[in-house]
Amino acid sequence: MTALRALKIPFLSFLVLIVIAFIGNFALDGFVQLLSIYVLINMILAMSLNLVNGYTGQFSLGHAGFMAVGAYSSAWLSTQVPFLPGPLQIFNFLLYAVVGGIMAAGAGYLVGLPSLRLKGDYLAIVTLGFGEIIRVVLLNTPAVGGARGFYGIPGPTDHDLGGFVLSKFLMGFTHAGFWCLVTFFVIWRLMESSHGRGFLSVREDEIAAEAMGVDTTQAKVRAFVLSSFFAGVAGSIFAHYANYLSPASFNFQRSVDAVIMVVLGGMGSMSGALLAAVFITVMPELLRPLQQVIGVDIRMIIYSLFLILLMIMRPKGLFGKLELTDLYKRWKARKS
Amino acid sequence: MKLLDVRSITMQFGGLKAVDSLSFHIKKGELMGLIGPNGAGKTTVFNMLTGVYKPTLGEIHFNGQAIQGRKPFEISRLGMTRTFQNIRLFKEISVLENVMIGATQHQKYSMLDAALITADYSQAEKALREKSLELLSIFGLESKAYDEAGSLPYGEQRELEIVRALGTQPQLICLDEPAAGMNHQETHSLMETIAKIRKDFNLTVLLIEHDMKLVMGICERIVVLDHGVKIEEGTPSVIQNSPKVIEAYLGVEEVH
Repeated sequence: MTALRALKIPFLSFLVLIVIAFIGNFALDGFVQLLSIYVLINMILAMSLNLVNGYTGQFSLGHAGFMAVGAYSSAWLSTQVPFLPGPLQIFNFLLYAVVGGIMAAGAGYLVGLPSLRLKGDYLAIVTLGFGEIIRVVLLNTPAVGGARGFYGIPGPTDHDLGGFVLSKFLMGFTHAGFWCLVTFFVIWRLMESSHGRGFLSVREDEIAAEAMGVDTTQAKVRAFVLSSFFAGVAGSIFAHYANYLSPASFNFQRSVDAVIMVVLGGMGSMSGALLAAVFITVMPELLRPLQQVIGVDIRMIIYSLFLILLMIMRPKGLFGKLELTDLYKRWKARKS
Repeated sequence: MKLLDVRSITMQFGGLKAVDSLSFHIKKGELMGLIGPNGAGKTTVFNMLTGVYKPTLGEIHFNGQAIQGRKPFEISRLGMTRTFQNIRLFKEISVLENVMIGATQHQKYSMLDAALITADYSQAEKALREKSLELLSIFGLESKAYDEAGSLPYGEQRELEIVRALGTQPQLICLDEPAAGMNHQETHSLMETIAKIRKDFNLTVLLIEHDMKLVMGICERIVVLDHGVKIEEGTPSVIQNSPKVIEAYLGVEEVH
């Protein structure tokens, strides 16, 4: 029965997600729908990077690389595997996401094993190099479109189920949301276990962690591999929803965006990563109308200014190391 | 029975011999002191024992097993752990989590167990939490279990380091100047606690300490180190009357 208990909250969350998907399906226009999918993808990306940067304290600047590995391997696989009929094709996408994740995790293992001996800036440079290598390799691989990009990736489509249209958005949102929940619950629960505390101890003090019997190399590699897996999943969802991939989608800027989400939210806070993912994705779009009013595109200037201001006022990020649940506990303690 | 047997270990940093063919042993259940003036190489010895440094020469046997050159976490898992002279707590996480991390090596459940909250996981976590709180109560720290470790006052941070080390369920615990920076009274109560946990947990203790008076009061046997060389070994009374030790600590009287 414990297995059921463990799945109760995730299952309820999934039901809520489906309700949101239905509301979004009828209430939102196409652009906002697309944006909401990107929000979910970025949430997965931010949570996965937070596992490495925030919890394990290893500075990775190559997360776009792992996302690219997941996206391209998933896209390539989808051109090789026959589709299940009708709405059952959701299982195709689940399979692609898992495969994309596993490929990215493999890449994470290969990169992590030698480079995780390095610390701080040095690790950042190696992971940055890795991200660029992946991008350049993709740029020069004709089988996946090279610089032209990978066209015609099959994605969720509208299905008419006798009157009710199971739309592309419904399927895409549910799929992305499903993985977002998986990422959240896996990482959250892991951090409540000895494995997660092992990650934290590596961040806090490696020498002390070793003296307490924590295999720091193993902990780092595990965190890195798991994080890469989820980045790959995010890549897969992105590939099939956008139906098109280009190496330029996985440039250095995307890695930096992911880092900004983690730093802005607060290193080591899931709530922070999630909030920052929403913020970073939505903010540029919210500023778009401004461009129409004044005629010049100053979105990036405002965006940067905002980041600077936020970092001055909250140098440890929006949440620091705290979670929403911690804040709730404090608020309750203050009330009583 | 020899729990730890150090056989002529040498540690060379470039041209400097920090420790020069040092040999000593610790019997099971013993409380041994390692003393010496500043820069004598005491902490270097600790670092070699616990695997932070690999000795240039010599062998270290723990429970009959050669451990020189093994990684620190492997040695910790064999049952030898330590505290640090300059406190190295996991500062930004809770006091309780600090202690629980010590027990990481004894947890058998997998990452999947944790993600699915299996019975294995729940039971192990519950037992660990209770045991860690119990360990904290040795120093009366259980009321601060959910505080950030870095927010504790200095003395309690030192105590927490000892509790954390106990969390690994060691056979041999190496304490690197546990009383550094404490006043006389604090030191005294710390020594009493060390004696107590030694008995309660059936521990063997290796103690580095600066404060001569304190070491003399508690240790059964003392090794004195000076410039990386063992200059004396014996019971506190032997050490106190040894001219070599007095010379190392106070210098030689000049003859006019």
